[in-house]
Amino acid sequence: MSEPFLIGDSMTGGYGKGPDILHDCTIAVNRGEIAVIVGPNGAGKSTAMKAVFGMLNVRGGSVRLDGEDITKLSPQDRVVQGMGFVPQNQNIFTSLTVEENLEMGAFIRTDDIRQTMEQIYHLFPILRDKRNQAAGELSGGQRQQVAVGRALMTQPKVLMLDEPTAGVSPIVMDELFDRIIEVARTGIPILMVEQNARQALEIADKGYVLVQGRNAFTGTGKELLADPEVRKSFLGG
Amino acid sequence: MDFLNAIVALTNYVMIPAIAYGSQLALGALGVTLIYGVLRFSNFAHGDTMAFGTMATILVTWWMQSMGINLGVLPTALLALPFGILGTMGLLLFTDRVVYRFYREQKAKPVIFVMVSLGVMFMMNGLVRFIIGPGDQRFTDGVRFIISARDFKAMTGLREGLAIKTTQGITVIAAVIVVAALFWFLNRTRTGKSMRAYSDNEDLALLSGINPEKVVMYTWMIVAALATIAGVLYGLDKSFKPFTYFQLLLPIFASAIVGGLGNPLGAIAGGFIIAFSEVSITYAWKKVLRYLMPENLQPDSLVQLLSTDYKFAVSFGILLIVLLFKPTGLFKGKSV
Repeated sequence: MSEPFLIGDSMTGGYGKGPDILHDCTIAVNRGEIAVIVGPNGAGKSTAMKAVFGMLNVRGGSVRLDGEDITKLSPQDRVVQGMGFVPQNQNIFTSLTVEENLEMGAFIRTDDIRQTMEQIYHLFPILRDKRNQAAGELSGGQRQQVAVGRALMTQPKVLMLDEPTAGVSPIVMDELFDRIIEVARTGIPILMVEQNARQALEIADKGYVLVQGRNAFTGTGKELLADPEVRKSFLGG
Repeated sequence: MDFLNAIVALTNYVMIPAIAYGSQLALGALGVTLIYGVLRFSNFAHGDTMAFGTMATILVTWWMQSMGINLGVLPTALLALPFGILGTMGLLLFTDRVVYRFYREQKAKPVIFVMVSLGVMFMMNGLVRFIIGPGDQRFTDGVRFIISARDFKAMTGLREGLAIKTTQGITVIAAVIVVAALFWFLNRTRTGKSMRAYSDNEDLALLSGINPEKVVMYTWMIVAALATIAGVLYGLDKSFKPFTYFQLLLPIFASAIVGGLGNPLGAIAGGFIIAFSEVSITYAWKKVLRYLMPENLQPDSLVQLLSTDYKFAVSFGILLIVLLFKPTGLFKGKSV
């Protein structure tokens, strides 16, 4: 089997000098695929993603992007290497306009960003209408689109989303999932953490079920949805 | 006629001084609010930064005057101002390098930064007194009035005179230009936007590849320019005395907080609110009222709500009221 595009390989570690939260945990995403991390509350889903992004002290294992070891890089350097990250909270500049948010997303780029911005407006048409409005005045779902758009401005090689549908209504959630699939269709691999396990696994090529910082189940989205064990413990029967 | 006289008196003694003073406070408060927004602490050294910038400008002004360089009708200090700004930028960047950066690396709490700035304040305080002395310095030259009271009376035939000092005119014009330039910078340039982004959400700014050290550097440079301009305008309008500049800290902070800390628009509004309150509460209204009221109702007293000695009480009072009822300030600012 060829190496996945982005892999956090048997990661063990925690925040700063604190205790280990992840234990020999592996998360990976292949080119052109959507990988989803699900699991019960406090399972270390977000922590696993933050570990992949370098916000954790990874004491064992390694993180590789496109075959290159990036375990020692800071989050900022990983952005330069082509990783886009959308945090769960405070993921937009509320006092800046939508367009300024996108501009700031592309801060590390020195080339012409207008084309990328055009693509993002194409992907999220509502943002074009609201581009001169302060991002903090938008609805929850629109804010998430701004957040994803901001991360896409660097033209990342892989996109990481931390609970993109947290706190939005079911209708908006479906719309967001549709948008995420569209982003994935443009060829960007997506790794995301989700509370809504069932919907997330439905769109996932690969799913990781974490329990207490360990890989409990791993498989394609369909396999996990069909797995009676997974259904019983996480999907409510 | 009496009504016109009342308006002229009001303009002469309240409006014009308050507009000039308000512009000076607004420029000072803009500096405080920028530091609060970007570096996240209340900079107690701001008054003394203004004093240092003014001192540097005065020294260059004196040198220019001795060399016979002047601006004709305008004060020579305007020509010396860029040098004063450069000097202050140097001082602030040096202070940041040797003092604040250390605490930034420690990720010190804001209250520690405030205490540190207090120390910096005493250092700058000493530095300025050491170089130029604690006394009063005058450095205004050029033409004194745009319109003098006597000319105005001759022109209009009114009993009341209206005087506009050159320095007051310069203050207002300079403030408008500086504020316009600052807002253009913050809203239109990449660097300005990155400063706003950093102020808004530090973590996300880091994720977006915004270099905090650069943002901090630009902030200090802009603050140096704002503080020096504010200080020189105040010094031209009144006079330069290090202790007065230290005392300006209170109305400046009051302006920034009343407007909403971290909000530049609020700083400007706050500056004028404080200035107008201070001037109108300490002004003796007898003269204006004598024109407006019927003879039997005319006041015998000065109708001065507070003696000018208590003018700082006004800023302090407004500050307290705002903090009690609207801690984030009149405009959307950060709460203290």
